[in-house]
Amino acid sequence: MSAEEVQVAINSDQDIVSARQKGRQMATELGFSSGDATLIATAISELARNIVSYATKGQITLKMVNGLSRQGISVIATDDGPGIPDIRQALRDGFSTSGSLGLGLPGVRRLMDEFEIASQPGRGTRVAVKKWRQ
Amino acid sequence: MEVPILKQGAFLIATFQAALSDADLNLLRMGLVQQVVRFRSSAVIVDVTAMDVMDSFASRTLREIAHMIRLRGAETVIVGIQPEVAFAMVQLGLTLEGVATALDLEEGLAYLNEKFKSTN
Repeated sequence: MSAEEVQVAINSDQDIVSARQKGRQMATELGFSSGDATLIATAISELARNIVSYATKGQITLKMVNGLSRQGISVIATDDGPGIPDIRQALRDGFSTSGSLGLGLPGVRRLMDEFEIASQPGRGTRVAVKKWRQ
Repeated sequence: MEVPILKQGAFLIATFQAALSDADLNLLRMGLVQQVVRFRSSAVIVDVTAMDVMDSFASRTLREIAHMIRLRGAETVIVGIQPEVAFAMVQLGLTLEGVATALDLEEGLAYLNEKFKSTN
């Protein structure tokens, strides 16, 4: 039996590895192709990396989601970090405020099917992405 | 996590595992450069066949390894990037510009043997 929701606390670089491993495992259990599981694991790695780089700690929640006629995986990255002052700028390719670490959000958006972001300066950031099984 | 570094004549071969953390990658970068100095190696092959995710940090580290080794006057070849990993890297916008790549360990060795044969 596969778990329908998995939460991974992100506090260190080691947690980035375990978050993406759990994501790949869930994607595989949900019947995603190995190629799509790689895209999902890579997106999780980048989202977890953003948490470690910008907010120090946060959480990744992996969930199975049901659409009208399809199944998918939802990945939600939340933190109580400094937030993103200019989301439009952060979604532009090549933008990164912590040196060259992470091309970040535009890449994650390309890896997944759906992408939502909410952020408040001083309050934190929530990035929610989904990928549907083909 | 220990990354095995094998000495093969004038070349070093480092085999990366799947679950390398950032700290592991940083250690590896230092270790490889030190070994190149110690053995006066002319080239390093980094075998990433087992890596199932290549995110921005991993690919930046590989680029840095190649550049540091070039500053030592040696060459780096990255071998074994899996097709799915290559696809994800392109989607993410990651490149390994200026770094030699080859299909697998065998091709990497053939490339280096050819290269060092013609210059010796």
